Amino acid sequence: MKRLAGFAIFAAVCLLLPVIFPDNYYVTVVGLTIFLNITLAVSLNLLMGYAGQISLGHAAFFGLGAYSSAILTIKYGLNPWLAMILGAVLVICLSYVLSRPILRLKGHYLAMATLGLGIIVHIFFVQADELTGGPDGITGLPTLSLFGVAIDSDIKWYFVLCSYMLLSVLFSLNIADSRAGRALSAVHGSEIAAQMMGIDTAKVKSHIFVFSALMAALAGSLFAHQQDFVSPESFSFFFSIELVTMVVLGGLGSTFGAVLGAFILSILPEVLIVFEDFEVLVFGLILMVIMIFLPEGLFVSLKNRAAMMLSKRGIGS
Amino acid sequence: MDQLLQFLISGLTVGSIYALVALGFSIIYNASDVVNFAQGEFVMIGAMSAIFLMKAGLSYPFAALLAIAITAGVGLALEKFAIEPAKNATVVSTIIITIGASIFLRGAALLIWGKEIYGLPPFTSNNPIKIGNATILPQNLWVMMGTAVTVLAVKYFFDRTRMGKAILACSYNKKAAYLVGIDVKKMLLVAYGLSAALGSAAGLLVTPITFMSYGAGVMLGLKGFCAAILGGMGNSMGAVLGGILLGIVETVGAGFISSGYKDAIAFFVILLVLFVKPSGILGKGETERV
Repeated sequence: MKRLAGFAIFAAVCLLLPVIFPDNYYVTVVGLTIFLNITLAVSLNLLMGYAGQISLGHAAFFGLGAYSSAILTIKYGLNPWLAMILGAVLVICLSYVLSRPILRLKGHYLAMATLGLGIIVHIFFVQADELTGGPDGITGLPTLSLFGVAIDSDIKWYFVLCSYMLLSVLFSLNIADSRAGRALSAVHGSEIAAQMMGIDTAKVKSHIFVFSALMAALAGSLFAHQQDFVSPESFSFFFSIELVTMVVLGGLGSTFGAVLGAFILSILPEVLIVFEDFEVLVFGLILMVIMIFLPEGLFVSLKNRAAMMLSKRGIGS
Repeated sequence: MDQLLQFLISGLTVGSIYALVALGFSIIYNASDVVNFAQGEFVMIGAMSAIFLMKAGLSYPFAALLAIAITAGVGLALEKFAIEPAKNATVVSTIIITIGASIFLRGAALLIWGKEIYGLPPFTSNNPIKIGNATILPQNLWVMMGTAVTVLAVKYFFDRTRMGKAILACSYNKKAAYLVGIDVKKMLLVAYGLSAALGSAAGLLVTPITFMSYGAGVMLGLKGFCAAILGGMGNSMGAVLGGILLGIVETVGAGFISSGYKDAIAFFVILLVLFVKPSGILGKGETERV
């Protein structure tokens, strides 16, 4: 079980934090945002890090999940879980239909297409105001309850979002060591070579695209219920870019890299508040400096460095 | 019919601006394989500098020239301090670097100029000219003429001058260019400076019509990227054509369908084009080396 030792420690820390610091703002409030962002970054990393397909429109699926829950529960009075499932089905269908033509594109063309998709969905949220409430969004979602327990406090949400996050991390770690994961990294390495090995690359890419979208949509539904409010602002082009930044900042292709990147980018605005007017400027500067000096991402670069130091001392093999 | 003519005039104006931004995109892309997400910020910096130089008492032409020079300086600094140190970065890393740069420049603009929206006076009189039942503002003409002259000058620069050809050589193969004695580092700097200057020119031309604020560069930059992709990434004249097409399609679409969906129409068209022809209108298909 050495393979999952890192995950066990990570899970233990996440689950123990609210027990040790029950009233800490950073744990019970910022923590919720961090867990959602980690889930989204991990799902995007499946597509970008494992399969090597860039997406600048991931926030669209997150938003579709959130809006499906909000609209179906409030306007049509559906049960929250049923609404969540219907939202997921919608995203599965949409992402499946779009996956083949979009993933045929490569490099900058793929970046452009996913960017366009994200912007179109965002404009739809703003403009279709009879359905989505326009720029003001929708408030007043019903409380979600699990096994008869209403999830109505920060600490309960902490455990719900933490569990979903841990599941997605575990899934991501496992897929890397599976047949599907090896097929994905073959596609990442060279698509033609992967085809030569007998991998149906179009199918592999399309499956991971749908899966990644589905994970984001479920996170969106949970986000909508937790915030009790959805508005287009949360699902803009900027958020898609932020998600890409999380994945790349931590280290493309590494699950814990995505976790670290999401953690840093979620906590950074809280820390940078001390800079007041300089906040935006410092944020941009930090992004540039990390990518210039650690182009492989923080987690991967630091891990490699640590491994080198250990092997010099003769501890590592 | 008159309505269509009016839309075409507006579309051609917007399209000219997209064309300039897209041309800047493709110059940087050609020279360094970087998709520069800070391109829209050049437009904003050019316009905002001119506005504040004029507020400080400079005359219009002098403020405009100085604003172009300032923006070109920002372009040089971007290459020198952000792109050059990261020369081994992957495509995705350089995208993040330029996104970081655009956030940084926006943050700086917010600090220096604040959140207010500003305008520039039109270059010449503001009396609309009638063409049939459609009207055209002298500033619309300035935008189209300015773009046409700039594009021709850029084309001349790349086709006829030694330095332009040297930059093109770098874009084909940096090592080979270096071996025939071209100062590759200097050419990259020139490309970034030129691209930034083009962006600022776009900003100066368009601000009398649309106004400018610290955040207005983002959408312009994205549309420029759109136009460059539409024309085929790396094809300069394709980028110009893409920009003009995008402007017209977007304005006509917004006029006949819904102005709220204006930007959505532009991106929808891009998606359709990419689905049918994955390498843009004038782009050549890439072959993957195995």
